[in-house]
Amino acid sequence: MQHQYSERKYIISGIAVLVSILYLSRLFYLQIIDDSYKLSSENNSQRQVTQYPARGVLTDRRGKILVYNEAAYDLMVIPRQLKLFDTLDMCRVLEITPEFVRKTLKDARAYSRYKPSLFLKQLSPETYAVLQEKLYKFPGFFVQTRTLRKYPRKIAAHVLGYIGEVDEAKTMDDAYYKSGDYIGISGIEKSYEENLRGTKGVSIFLVDVHNRIKGSYKNGKYDTLPIPGLNIETSIDARIQELGEKLMQNKTGSIVAIEPATGEILALVSSPAYDPNLLVGRVRASNYQRLSEDSLKPLFNRALMAKYPPGSTFKLINGMIGLQEGIITPQTKFSCNMGYHSGGITVACHKHPSPLDYLGSIQNSCNAYYCNVFRDILDDRSFGSVSNSFSNWRRHVASFGFGSKLGSDLLNELPGFIPDVPYYDKYFGKNRWKSLTVISLAIGQGELGITPIQLANMTATIANRGFYYIPHIIRKIENRDSIDHKYRIKHYTTIDKQYFDLVVEGMEMVVKAGTARVAYMDSIKICGKTGTAENPHGEAHSIFVAFAPKDNPKIALAVFVENAGFGATWAAPIARLMIEKYLRDTITNPELEQRILDGDLNSRVNKVVAKKRK
Amino acid sequence: MRRETNLYTSIDWITVALYAVLVLMGLVNIYAAVYNEDHKSLFDFTQRYGKQFIWILASVFIIIMLLLFDSRVYSVFAWLIYGTMIFILAAVLVAGTEINASRAWFQIGTFRIQPTEFAKFATCLALAKYMSSYNFRIYRFRNLFIIAVIILAPVGLIFLQNDTGSALVFFALVLMLYREGLSGTFLIYGVVIIVLFILSMILNPVTVAIVLASLTVLFYWSVEQNLKESLFMILVYLLTFSSYFTAVRYGHFKLSQQFSVILIMGSTSVILLVWAMIKRLKTVYVIVFYLAVSVTFTSSIDYIFNNILEKHQQDRINELLGLKFDPLGTGYNVNQSKIAIGSGGFFGKGFLQGTQTKYDFVPEQSTDFIYCTVGEEWGFAGSAVVILLFLALLLRLVFLAERQRSAFNRIYGYGVISILFFHVAINVGMTIGILPVIGIPLPFFSYGGSSLWGFTILLFIFLRLDASRREVL
Repeated sequence: MQHQYSERKYIISGIAVLVSILYLSRLFYLQIIDDSYKLSSENNSQRQVTQYPARGVLTDRRGKILVYNEAAYDLMVIPRQLKLFDTLDMCRVLEITPEFVRKTLKDARAYSRYKPSLFLKQLSPETYAVLQEKLYKFPGFFVQTRTLRKYPRKIAAHVLGYIGEVDEAKTMDDAYYKSGDYIGISGIEKSYEENLRGTKGVSIFLVDVHNRIKGSYKNGKYDTLPIPGLNIETSIDARIQELGEKLMQNKTGSIVAIEPATGEILALVSSPAYDPNLLVGRVRASNYQRLSEDSLKPLFNRALMAKYPPGSTFKLINGMIGLQEGIITPQTKFSCNMGYHSGGITVACHKHPSPLDYLGSIQNSCNAYYCNVFRDILDDRSFGSVSNSFSNWRRHVASFGFGSKLGSDLLNELPGFIPDVPYYDKYFGKNRWKSLTVISLAIGQGELGITPIQLANMTATIANRGFYYIPHIIRKIENRDSIDHKYRIKHYTTIDKQYFDLVVEGMEMVVKAGTARVAYMDSIKICGKTGTAENPHGEAHSIFVAFAPKDNPKIALAVFVENAGFGATWAAPIARLMIEKYLRDTITNPELEQRILDGDLNSRVNKVVAKKRK
Repeated sequence: MRRETNLYTSIDWITVALYAVLVLMGLVNIYAAVYNEDHKSLFDFTQRYGKQFIWILASVFIIIMLLLFDSRVYSVFAWLIYGTMIFILAAVLVAGTEINASRAWFQIGTFRIQPTEFAKFATCLALAKYMSSYNFRIYRFRNLFIIAVIILAPVGLIFLQNDTGSALVFFALVLMLYREGLSGTFLIYGVVIIVLFILSMILNPVTVAIVLASLTVLFYWSVEQNLKESLFMILVYLLTFSSYFTAVRYGHFKLSQQFSVILIMGSTSVILLVWAMIKRLKTVYVIVFYLAVSVTFTSSIDYIFNNILEKHQQDRINELLGLKFDPLGTGYNVNQSKIAIGSGGFFGKGFLQGTQTKYDFVPEQSTDFIYCTVGEEWGFAGSAVVILLFLALLLRLVFLAERQRSAFNRIYGYGVISILFFHVAINVGMTIGILPVIGIPLPFFSYGGSSLWGFTILLFIFLRLDASRREVL
């Protein structure tokens, strides 16, 4: 009875054989035909770990360190390896809330259960020390070392710039950067990113599914060492940079100092400044937020980006153009009756001897003199029209670097603004404007927008008697013979040297016996020019340009103090203190310094800000 | 009349040799899977290979014990053994320890034992005992019912332990029942159900309906060989399907797919039934019946899938059918397993050279996924050898089972074959990505005392019975 089914053994055996054949063919396919699994296996078990190089160190022109690197520690987590741990204990050590732990772990799990996620960025060495003791209690967590920028002097935030995580777009078009890498975002950090960043190295490890490193791949045969970034010597002089920032405390404005003989920027102050350490590490996001919401805009680099009317300092330019065009001679005199009166327009002036010659006009900063000079320049018949002579005037002005970016290595420079013929044609209509219409340009007012670095560059040009080098912020890159060739080219203006010699004489008189006697020193021959730039929003900006010593000048600078009134009141003393500090490394007039330090002008600026908001 | 036999000469040494080779290969691969530079000694008993070595030694002891018993013991005590195992399976639900969400273990100190592994041979013994009784007839409903009870009792208890994989193993005994005379249509139904299940998971219901419709026509034509009537059926289908599609295309209403299928098939069935009554066509009734059953089955699959299967089971099936791709989530095990095996190439990476297995990429490396280690370190050559060894074992066991004189021995033998076959097929199929992940061990290979002992007992009881086959006339 049972035996009638015994042939079914063939069917049962057949099923076993069929399944075996099916499996063998599947194995044949997986193991021999399909290559994709071999690659996956390699990727799986080798992990390339990027070794980040130390970023280049920045020093000042005398070797004082401005930025260096400090080890920082990122706390990472691999959700899969997590076990129960004492959350409160962790919160205590890291100064975080249990909610933060819960949320971060949830996010990390959502990202990947097997790959490490960032749990907490950039622990301080102190926190790390405490945490390391306890790390064994927190399975699934480990610490990854990174370097952080550290600023021992807390100065020059705007010059140095800051670094931050590279954005998505950059990782797309530059293969060097991977998501999560750091990149210079502003200042020197940005402009010299490629020198500073160094070259990443790579270590190849064999790792397991938990990303635990199990050993190095082929004993490190294919590993490459990171090459540290190049150190850069900046042209900044930390002493006067620091002094400048101190003097500008509680004031808004800017100081730019340049070494005329090289174009090197000695100091670049934008006030209010901030401690560059604020934009490093874990605190960066919150500090950035706070700084960007500050009504005085500390993140705004005024030295490169703010457009100010240059005020009377611009008379130096107009005077030289007059001389160059033969409109005036040094002996030409104009009288001043408490101002310039023509066609129902009055440009007021202060009380001074009258009439004045060229040097006297500089010394006393006579408005009427320059209104006459400027009108004569524009009304010069030899050009045929006001437009033509205006274009010629503008050509001279532009040759000083005004109205366009100077091309310095500080990338966020703005061009400022010098009106041109099309601008006025559009504004007033073609042939519907004449010299009197634009008379405020004569005294550095009106539509003129000059950045502090441009004005400092003008001063350096005068100090050089006729040429400038593009201002730049670095002196030397480690292992490089020289900096960019473009900083070695002399840019000549359209004004002859003899007129520069003249204007220098006038500027000396300004300090010796003119509007800026406050800046006078026996020991150093300072040449300067005050400016009081009226603006529609509030009190005038106090401006002063100066260089010293008169012969073979070492420093040229421009000082802007917003809403501070006369150029002589605030800007000139600041310039004097900066010059003395730079040339003599001392300050012989501490009372003057104290007065500046005590000056709190930001209440005036705040008034302007409030008014603008309305 | 009884004849005494010499155990040493009558035991089937071929099977013993296959067993020994598989067990030792298992040990070697467990060693590779959990290899640890700090514990290189095979006899380091803190490591899994050290422990497995102990289990193997214990197995030798168990084998000797099993062989020393009189062969009649297994038949005489079959019910007692089965009853005891059922009791233990029930007890583990109450007093067991829960590991990996399965309450399937007894823990005594550091020693753990999984009763499920021993329920397999006990169930085989009980079935052999019952089915070899004098007036057993497999086609009798009462007898079939009792067989179902014997099988479903452990299945139910193991299912309650939340060990679905092990519970499924018992259904493999259908193979044994088939050998003993169960209608072959049961096997075919099984295949058809699986095919329909997969189809209804992959295709949308209306497409499945079209497939079903074509099948009925094919079936009718193959049975009746009547072209005219077959064409008429096609005509009816064309009518119902095209009116459905026209209605959907131009009508301003929306029907759920499920409802559409029921509508189409329902109207087709009515037309066919009327036609069958007029023309007195018996086969058409059968076809309409099958159609109704199939439609009900495929329509209820969604319900079963979404409401009865658990999330991880749904995921595993979805992964397998390619409906979901998540190599780091639910598909992680299988994907890593395939990578490990696929990276082996022809000759493998060599002993202890498997980076996949060495670095714990494959979970359950030494237990359910031990076959990966074979695939990675020994390549296609090694994997094929293992499959061929298992095939040789199974074919040898078929040969042994067929030479038994007593029904008890043969039935038990086929029970062993069914269970080993199911384990090997499911386990290997899962690691190479052909079957969904069902966590059951590879016999003799996988790490674990309970499973090794369970399979050893299962196999050697049969060898003991085989050794004494001549004692029974």
